[in-house]
Amino acid sequence: MSEVIHADHHDDHHHGPEKGLLRWLYTTNHKDIGTLYLWFSFAMFLVGGVLALVIRAELFQPGLQFIQPEFFNQMTTNHGLIMVFGAIMPAFVGLANWLIPMQVGAPDMALPRMNNLSFWILPFAFGMMISTLFMEGGGPNFGWTFYAPLSTTYAPDSVTYFIFAVHLMGASSIMGSINIIATILNMRAPGMTLMKMPLFVWTWLITAYLLIAVMPVLAGAVTMMLFDIHFDTSFFNAAGGGDPVMFQHIFWFFGHPEVYIMILPAFGIVSHIIPTFARKPLFGYSSMVYAVASIAFLSFIVWAHHMFTVGMPLAGQLFFMYSTMLIAVPTGVKVFNWIATMWRGSMTFETPMLFAIAFVVLFTMGGFSGLMLAITPVDYQYHDTYFVVAHFHYVLVPGALFSIIAAVYFWLPKWTGKMYDEALGKLHFWLSFIGVNVTFFPQHFSGLAGMPRRIPDYALQFADFNMVSSIGAFIFGFSQLVFLYILINTIRSGKPAEGRSWDGAKGLEWTLPSPAPYHSFTYPPEVTDAEMQGQ
Amino acid sequence: MKKLILQVAGTLILMLSAIWVQADQLNLRPGVTEISKEVYSLHMLILWICVAIGVVVFGVLFYSVYAHRKSKGVEAAQFHHSTKLELAWTIVPTLILVGMAYPATETLIKMYDTGGEDMTVEVRGYQWKWQYKYLDEDYNRTFSFFSNLATPRSQINNRQVKADTYLLEVDRPLKIPANRKVRFLITAEDVIHAWWVPDFGIKRDAVPGVVNDLWAIVPEPGIYRGQCTELCGKDHGFMPIVVEVLPELEFDAWYASQITTEVVRTESFDDTFSHDQLMVKGEEVYGTYCAACHLAEGQGIPPAFPAIAGSAVAMGPRDDHLRLVIEGVTGSGMQAFGKQLDPVELASVVHYQRHSFGNDAGDLSQPGDVINLSGGQ
Repeated sequence: MSEVIHADHHDDHHHGPEKGLLRWLYTTNHKDIGTLYLWFSFAMFLVGGVLALVIRAELFQPGLQFIQPEFFNQMTTNHGLIMVFGAIMPAFVGLANWLIPMQVGAPDMALPRMNNLSFWILPFAFGMMISTLFMEGGGPNFGWTFYAPLSTTYAPDSVTYFIFAVHLMGASSIMGSINIIATILNMRAPGMTLMKMPLFVWTWLITAYLLIAVMPVLAGAVTMMLFDIHFDTSFFNAAGGGDPVMFQHIFWFFGHPEVYIMILPAFGIVSHIIPTFARKPLFGYSSMVYAVASIAFLSFIVWAHHMFTVGMPLAGQLFFMYSTMLIAVPTGVKVFNWIATMWRGSMTFETPMLFAIAFVVLFTMGGFSGLMLAITPVDYQYHDTYFVVAHFHYVLVPGALFSIIAAVYFWLPKWTGKMYDEALGKLHFWLSFIGVNVTFFPQHFSGLAGMPRRIPDYALQFADFNMVSSIGAFIFGFSQLVFLYILINTIRSGKPAEGRSWDGAKGLEWTLPSPAPYHSFTYPPEVTDAEMQGQ
Repeated sequence: MKKLILQVAGTLILMLSAIWVQADQLNLRPGVTEISKEVYSLHMLILWICVAIGVVVFGVLFYSVYAHRKSKGVEAAQFHHSTKLELAWTIVPTLILVGMAYPATETLIKMYDTGGEDMTVEVRGYQWKWQYKYLDEDYNRTFSFFSNLATPRSQINNRQVKADTYLLEVDRPLKIPANRKVRFLITAEDVIHAWWVPDFGIKRDAVPGVVNDLWAIVPEPGIYRGQCTELCGKDHGFMPIVVEVLPELEFDAWYASQITTEVVRTESFDDTFSHDQLMVKGEEVYGTYCAACHLAEGQGIPPAFPAIAGSAVAMGPRDDHLRLVIEGVTGSGMQAFGKQLDPVELASVVHYQRHSFGNDAGDLSQPGDVINLSGGQ
């Protein structure tokens, strides 16, 4: 309750943001930090995107045209690392910073100074990682999954910088998660029981626990690499009694929950947008919460489906096949609930809604290919081919990324107090939608035809698919500049937005004026059933 | 604007339909073994189940998008749950999954039945080539060879027209007999690779320190191609797999001839060679084993792959040079070639390096020197 007492004598003029650039360095305000996270992740998204376009340019035709294989491997590795750890994850943390205090009726995050630290670690981590590309011997070139011993005994010298960067990213994520959990559990407005929380808050609560559980595992993996490289231990070196397969078990024990870390908050976002534009309560609120919890639990016992070809015993293969297939059940529940929410609604199709519907359709496609990959005997044919590349890009690009873009359009009026240009937003959507499908759909075919992933050059029968895919990638990449233009244009000269910017919008954040005041709720708001989703 | 969108869409549709013509490339190949055909039908079963679910789910979604619009004056309903419906769409998918898991389990059990083989081949992954070793209880009939990419650099660098088997061709394919159960033992020397022949429906990681096994009975003689499918460094995309399946009698004849060649080859370790003989043989070995990293002109890619031209090693004492090639450099890409090449090949390649790219050491390296340095083996 101390916030409330504080608020009584805080209520005066000097609590706007500080002036100048130092505002951003010293800030402990959740909105400022949210903004920093979002711009940082957008910058990383563009950097990672440029690397992707280098890859697609090289793969436009068979033969080596622009870059050499060792540089190609650095491109695939850094594209993956930057997109996962630099673009998608910080974007979700940025959204959490902006939205969670407003959605639970709190004035700010629970631990504001730590919030500042967890953001400001990131530019250093990524600065260090990207700088390795310019070092003698090159940057990380062993894939974003950095399997030992390619990433230890056979790695470039710069791998030590990479290990330190991963440690920093992990520290940042863990601090961010602690902050989110502390905020959600301690700072909800009176009357907001757990089962009345908005779904974005629910999904982030569960995601934060996943992060706390698995980031230390990743830290352990890279620390063991560090010891193998510099202190002659043999954790992953077969010649010294170590086991390269153990690296993969440890990595994927982190890595599989990690993929849900990148999709659960997306589920939350879509569960806000669809009811808003259908003007209808979310269907099956409690089953949505239970589905997210089940997915989170299952994510800890399916990791070895990434390793069906390492030669596990039959019993192990069967266990991981069955547990992986089970994930389809709660995921299906979510998709059905979203469609049931749309059913007999009164829908309009503004940009956030378009991205949300595309999310439901294309994420489900990624789910289908995921189910196919779960079937172990067939997975042998798909494993490490472009079929896998198509699968995880379908869940990460029109999945996670589209949900982030949808969230930005949806809450931008609340953040800036201004409305984006709807026609440009729709143009951005259609270019992205077409671009994404032209890029990734043909990759299913090249994978089925037998093209391995992470190769800089390929046999002639894969040429057509790769050319189409490269064209799509350039359409998709350049259409994100439209997004950048829309954002700048909105901030500079958008039309003023109302407090409740969308007529179907529900939730405490919409009870605030637009733009939201620097300190959201200095007094705890009243939590009414009408304002909460569904229940 | 609209015109531009139409033009782009038109071009894409044309390209996509051009691909549609080669429809056989759009799907997984059924392959030639009983297992690969079973895997194919499992793939088709699950694909069609997904298509059916997709048609229903997306059908409902798109109908809703079409019909339940504000612009059509629809009033939003306010229902927000239905226990019956929610139970139904939890239980029905679970049953469908059980239906998929049953045949998948059956096939997987068959794939794991590696016993009762007629012959065994050890497959060993190296950066960036495969070694095939025919194992035999009678050790006199065991021999091995390396299988390297045969596509010339000029095709890769677009200076020459690419052949149909571009990047899928090797200098020495693995040969196995038709209709016999062949067991493959898969392992690796340096980093993790993966051995995959799509037409046999088998793929397994080659992990250093681990021996995995696979099997195949191939009914039809022919040439089957695959690629390494685990990122293994710079030339991961350039280590294909080619398996030539021979009719049984033809295979037996080939196998016998290999044993004879093997005897002749071992006897040549006692010979001494002239400068010219060593240079010819050495150039061939260099092109296959060294040029990928140290490049055709010996300039290397420093710092990871040092130059040979003008290097202290190539100009220094001959035995140090031989030892470096035989033992490799721990913790670097330089492998211990003593395990991969025979004494004639080692002697000639070292001699070649010492007398090419402007190097002129003015000595001779003989197979006998290699044998002395590696402890008489």
